[in-house]
Amino acid sequence: MTTPGAISGATTLFDKLWSEHAVCELDNGETLLYLDRVFLHERTGSIALQSLHAAGYGVRDARKVFCTMDHIVDTFPGRGDATLMPSGTDFITATRNETRAANIRLFDVDDPNQGIVHVISPEQGLVLPGLTLVCPDSHTCTQGAIGALAWGIGSSEAEHAMATGTLRVRKPKNMRVVIDGALQAGVTAKDLVLNLIARFGANGGAGYAVEFAGSTVRDLEVEARFTLCNMAVEFSAFTAVIAPDEKVEAYFHGRDFAPKGEHWRDAVEHWRSLHSDEAARFDRELHVDASTIQPAVTWGTSPEQVVSIGESIPYPDTFAEDHRRESAQRALAYQDLAPGKHIADISVDAAFIGSCTNSRLSDLQAAAAVVKGRSIAPGVRGVVVPGSRRVKKAAEQEGLDQIFTDAGFEWRDSGCSMCFYAGGETFGAHQRVISTTNRNFEGRQGPNTRTHLASPATVAASAIAGSFISAEMLAESESLAS
Amino acid sequence: MKAFTVHTGVAAPLLRRNIDTDAIIPSREMKRVSKQGLGEGLFAGWRYTLPGGREQNPSFVLNRPEYRNTSILLSGDNFGCGSSREHAVWALAEYGIRAVIASGFGAIFHTNCIRNGILPVCLEEEVIRDLAERVQEDPQNNLVEIDLNRCRIVCGDSELEFALEEGARHMLLNGLDPIALTLQQRKLIDQFENTRRKKHAWAFAPFEDCVEGVLP
Repeated sequence: MTTPGAISGATTLFDKLWSEHAVCELDNGETLLYLDRVFLHERTGSIALQSLHAAGYGVRDARKVFCTMDHIVDTFPGRGDATLMPSGTDFITATRNETRAANIRLFDVDDPNQGIVHVISPEQGLVLPGLTLVCPDSHTCTQGAIGALAWGIGSSEAEHAMATGTLRVRKPKNMRVVIDGALQAGVTAKDLVLNLIARFGANGGAGYAVEFAGSTVRDLEVEARFTLCNMAVEFSAFTAVIAPDEKVEAYFHGRDFAPKGEHWRDAVEHWRSLHSDEAARFDRELHVDASTIQPAVTWGTSPEQVVSIGESIPYPDTFAEDHRRESAQRALAYQDLAPGKHIADISVDAAFIGSCTNSRLSDLQAAAAVVKGRSIAPGVRGVVVPGSRRVKKAAEQEGLDQIFTDAGFEWRDSGCSMCFYAGGETFGAHQRVISTTNRNFEGRQGPNTRTHLASPATVAASAIAGSFISAEMLAESESLAS
Repeated sequence: MKAFTVHTGVAAPLLRRNIDTDAIIPSREMKRVSKQGLGEGLFAGWRYTLPGGREQNPSFVLNRPEYRNTSILLSGDNFGCGSSREHAVWALAEYGIRAVIASGFGAIFHTNCIRNGILPVCLEEEVIRDLAERVQEDPQNNLVEIDLNRCRIVCGDSELEFALEEGARHMLLNGLDPIALTLQQRKLIDQFENTRRKKHAWAFAPFEDCVEGVLP
């Protein structure tokens, strides 16, 4: 075992965050990393706490552990502890009892600050630049967007994190994804990340911590950066980070748990050192030209199976590798789609706006801008689920709820909802859903439900048209028709 | 934790890439606040004819008689990608799976395996295909032996070498409890925390003045 010395020479942002939290190097090649925050939710947190107590371990510092009800909790207005999933209430009750016993701050079902973990953590300033944060949830990488070292873990690791305030981790390699160029009108961070995964594969980031950099990333607002980093796990990366800048400082200033006064000044001073040095070397570097990217939608059952809205479903034969051909054939069968079919000719049964990928206020504003003054196509079901109760309240103050409900959308309470089937709610078998979520896996949104991932604006436009269409194309088609 | 030293068993090929943890155990099968009772839900979407049902799909590899008592899975790249749910590993363990041989693993799933005594073995895709072909000839007799002491896989007259990071190998071979191991470093952790608190008080400030569990 050796104590890590100061790192010398030019270093990456990820290496800085890593070395600042390295308690020691273990003799087996792993590093013992110090954790500033741990977040739990009712599906995995309840089991982790139960198991921890059963093993006779306590929580090292409960003040740094937080828990929310997001995965299983209902999102119907006026909800309580009852859930559509038959045993969902058990998870809620167990989480409430276990967090109370351990003195852990819980954002309960009726808490005005309740919401999806990766939405409420930055929203309240619980995560901050320069901190480490873990959560037994794979989309914890979302929170790297503000310059934190945040990554998803399993339940056993969550137990370790709570009991010791550390994790034993093998250091991943460094990758930089440099995105330059101006985004075209109507193209969002969601389209960017879907294109990245399509181009480099769903395992393109395996073994790496990814730093997103470049002019396009700098131009993205903080909420859009969350969307970009959210899908790093769909790229198989250990996590993603973005260097904090003045937008991030402005974002956190005055948040509930953000540092105040002298502490704020110290924090900001430190945050300004959190960037990759100019001469820092990356194990791999990818370049993306953002200016050519179009609004995207997934056609298959892997996030790498992506087309632009104006294109057609690809022919499996056009894939060079056997495994891509095989997976395309399986995906087309599951999705009930024929190769060569134009995307615009595919009708949708349902539209979902929500999840830790795209449920923040700016996402709802983008969708509402498309929906305003229009109506959902006959036969299409639309559901909007704000990422947190604060987002919900802010959206309602702007009248977004009215815009959505006037158009025929359901306006819900906050939670993960139909991103997956954990709460027991689904659009149904064989329903084709266009969704702002992050996973289009078989059965993800319910048995035999067909998921297509897209940005909030594209989902909103498609709900209006009843078929896959971008907001720009929807506006064009309407002006031609009038 | 259950140790893994040497295991010999029936291996079943599920040779596709990107088998995600939603496929290994769908959300609807995670019914109880427990690590138990999950084996039945393993691969439920493929294993049963109807969602939520228990009528076996006879064409699914684990349901075929020649693959009864399977304890080793052969699969493609990026096995266990997606959701962090450790239920996927608990389900595999309860079903009786002791090792997964794939050409790559989801990072969280990989750690979850180590923490639950399941051995994740990484081999080239071609090598796994060859191994699968050999097994398929007679799965009940062409057993696969995995020796973690020597990092060797034996099937008939073929012997393959594999690598596993030393930390993970040590944990598995000895069935160690990582929490107990780390708590031996408690002094070092306390020291680190005190130094960090002095240097970066802002990172602790919101919680320093509050009583446990009651934030201002």
